[in-house]
Amino acid sequence: MAGFFLILITAFFFPGIILRIKSLASGRRGPGVFQPVKDIRVLLRKGSVFSNTTGLIFQIAPAIGLAGILCAALVIPFADQKAIISFQGDFVFFSYLLALGKFFSIISALDTGSSFEGMGANREALFSMLAEPAFFVLLATFAMLTGFTSFSDIFNHFYFSGNHYVLIYSIIGVYLFIQIAMIENSRLPVDDPKTHLELTMIHEVMILDNSGFDKALIHIGSYLKFAIYGALLYNVIVPSGWSIFLQASLFLAVQLIFAVIIGFAESFRARNKMNKNPKFILTLTVIALIAFMIILILTEKFI
Amino acid sequence: MSAQIFLILLFLSVTVFLISKPYKYYFALFILACGIAVSSVWCFDSLSGTGKILIIEPYIPVLQKSITFTVDRLSAFFIIVINITVLTGLLYAGGYLRPYYPAKNALRFSIHYFSYLWLWFSMIMVVLIRDGLPFIIVWEIMALSSFFLVIFDAEDRTIMKTGISYLIQMHAGMFFILIAFLLIGKATGEMSFNALSIYFSHHSNLLLFILFFAGFGIKAGFIPFHTWLPEAHPAAPSHVSGVMSGVMIKMGIYGIVRVLISVQYDLLIIGVIILVVSLISGILGVMMAIVQHDLKRLLAYHSIENIGIIGIGIGLGVIGMATGNPAMSLLGFSGGMLHVLNHSLFKSMLFFTAGSVYQSAHTRNTEQLGGLMKRMPYTSVFFLIGSLAICGLPPFNGFISEYLIYLGMFKSLSAANLYQSSGLIVSIAGLALIGGLAIFCFTKAFGIVFLGEPRSEKAMMAVEVKKSMILPQLIPLAFIVIIGLASVYFVRPLFSIMADIFHIPLMTVAAGASLSSLTQISLLSGIFISVIVIILIYRYFHLRSKEVSYGPTWGCGYTAGTARHQYTATSYAYNYNHLAKPVIGTTKAMKEIAPDEIFPGKRKFESHSPDFIKDLLIDKPVNRIAGLLKRIAVMQTGLIQHYILYAFIFMLLLFLLTYLKLI
Repeated sequence: MAGFFLILITAFFFPGIILRIKSLASGRRGPGVFQPVKDIRVLLRKGSVFSNTTGLIFQIAPAIGLAGILCAALVIPFADQKAIISFQGDFVFFSYLLALGKFFSIISALDTGSSFEGMGANREALFSMLAEPAFFVLLATFAMLTGFTSFSDIFNHFYFSGNHYVLIYSIIGVYLFIQIAMIENSRLPVDDPKTHLELTMIHEVMILDNSGFDKALIHIGSYLKFAIYGALLYNVIVPSGWSIFLQASLFLAVQLIFAVIIGFAESFRARNKMNKNPKFILTLTVIALIAFMIILILTEKFI
Repeated sequence: MSAQIFLILLFLSVTVFLISKPYKYYFALFILACGIAVSSVWCFDSLSGTGKILIIEPYIPVLQKSITFTVDRLSAFFIIVINITVLTGLLYAGGYLRPYYPAKNALRFSIHYFSYLWLWFSMIMVVLIRDGLPFIIVWEIMALSSFFLVIFDAEDRTIMKTGISYLIQMHAGMFFILIAFLLIGKATGEMSFNALSIYFSHHSNLLLFILFFAGFGIKAGFIPFHTWLPEAHPAAPSHVSGVMSGVMIKMGIYGIVRVLISVQYDLLIIGVIILVVSLISGILGVMMAIVQHDLKRLLAYHSIENIGIIGIGIGLGVIGMATGNPAMSLLGFSGGMLHVLNHSLFKSMLFFTAGSVYQSAHTRNTEQLGGLMKRMPYTSVFFLIGSLAICGLPPFNGFISEYLIYLGMFKSLSAANLYQSSGLIVSIAGLALIGGLAIFCFTKAFGIVFLGEPRSEKAMMAVEVKKSMILPQLIPLAFIVIIGLASVYFVRPLFSIMADIFHIPLMTVAAGASLSSLTQISLLSGIFISVIVIILIYRYFHLRSKEVSYGPTWGCGYTAGTARHQYTATSYAYNYNHLAKPVIGTTKAMKEIAPDEIFPGKRKFESHSPDFIKDLLIDKPVNRIAGLLKRIAVMQTGLIQHYILYAFIFMLLLFLLTYLKLI
């Protein structure tokens, strides 16, 4: 239960911290940490404009997306506590719930009949499709290392294998989680949320027509997604045996560092050329396969 | 007694020719309903006991012989699958065939309904009969009756051609099965599935299995045996494509499973073969589906993909048996078999909706459709739910079967050796890729066909189909939702069926853990749905208090957009096409704009995505043979003198050969 609330709390700060880091790095004063939350308040106060072309899908898609993300957060464990809902293969459910949200956001973009949004929808569909195997291969290696098949069991037993090389593996795991989180959230280097030209956008162009309440839901969802992936990172990095307060403060620290990394990365890095993206994403699957090789060595199946 | 009723129904079905045109349909429905009642009784009889095998031996006076129907739990499971879809198919046909009434004569309809009934009879008998010869006969009846169903629209020459090509390919499959049975008969003296285990205990298991796999694989549509599938499904009327894709191709799966039950040696290599073929089918099937423009052809390629997923489950199960991993076996087989049921539900529903779209918009070309959600709300919702289910997304049934297969793989990873775990990783990545590609494909299909603005006059004029076509689709829809939400009630019996027929010790730990996980999934799905509902209710009241206005879609400053500016299916798949070029090889045809052409004139753009396996396996060899035969046709001069000469040469040859004692 604590994990779920920690995720909710960090989601509040997360985008603000990225924003602060980016403005500090570019030498601006920039908005405060709570600016994204204030933006949501503004959006919630606003009315909505709907396109005449759109229909039912456009109305329900943001709600389904957010509900999916909220429910996905329920299977994330914290410290040595089990997640609120934990079962064998819950990461399959986790991934497919997020995919369901994405399915709806793609078709809601197509619902507007705009060529710009179609373009974004197609790119998002392609890139997230390519990222799917990387996530599953990574989780499969986790399952292979620990012998368990749920997030809670895997992370509770992650560091108990007694093999110190697991550290090398966890570094690759962290790297992959960060990259997958970036793709899932449509951030650099795959997509740049701050780009100003519709032709080069991916996620932003899909939500061109959303306004008011729906847009707020979409933003909340993306903040939550950051916090969820941050929580996964924390679970990989921090062993589960420590005291609860230490764990909680480490949780916040990991989330903070994650946000700072994203902020700096986005400040000093250019976005990939659009046709480089598939290569970039497929490379992740290959790295995941390298992680798999390491596990084979760790579990003494190989060499 | 029940068997007699079944046979009487069989003979009664002929009367469909005698009844006047409007009542033929109701008569066929009546016969089918009676037949389903009878077969369901067998099915429940067999399922209610533990491992009970029902043997029915109706005496057939004409043959003066009795044939043996054996209902075990595998047959019972397939009878359920067949009955649901065949019944909904016929119910849907009631509305779907109505527009054809004025155009086609009564005989056409008689043949159609008669073939439909016989397709059902033959499928039921395929899963009941164990003896080789009767089995091949009903297998043949199944191919013939489906052939007559496919060519319903035979005025169209291409459909007739497709139908004949279908029939030929089905016979190629039967040829393999026949050889396999002959081998069994020669070795054991009994041509029957029952003799399989005797055969397998003394002879090479791999060879016979490969023969059966090729034969049944052609029916099931595994790549590279799939070539008939994307042609026959679009050609057939939609209720027929629904039944063919939903259940008829599953007869191939039934055959494979029936053979697998008796296999004793070489399990590992057999499992690996099934797994590899299935992975290839799954990935290539969905890859080729994405580039299709014909809605039904797209669905047909998805059948190949889903057969691949079923095969992955079965292959996993076999490997589990080979390596002594009952948990993997149980989860693999159960996942595969549940996917058989699931696929029959959502694929038939998707074909029905495609039929509704075709009937209402008179085109299946996705590039000409669009904006149908507003015009055909029910059909769109059915298609949407079907798409979500086929992509394996929660909370629908497709997720449950894919989840079981995933779970089987993930659970086996830690205890697997180097080769097994490498294979498992490849399968997991493959299955994940299939899922991602399916999402890509169905966002395209749903988004382009049902959303946005209509891309043609035809789509603009589309209206919702009649209630008689909508209501039958509620049957598969209900199952899709129920299996998705209350999976444990379906998986538990399935576990016991699979454990029973494959002699897997029903490991209470593995099975129990999986079942309790399924309960958790139901819980989480319930939470998910309630969260959606809560947000939507809140949204409703929130929007009521705010100013809501409507306007055109934001065009980034450009205000004169038309429906032609929308993204099309081709442009949606453009990126993907670029990536998949080595495999799909989409060709484009457009005259390039010359440098001195200042005002380019009208141009035509064409893209074509060939099925390279079909090219390689069917088209090229057939063309080569046809070319060869054309050269031989030089002999066919039409002059009687030449023919007499041929006869003379032939006789001379005979004499010569006899003289030399060569024949």
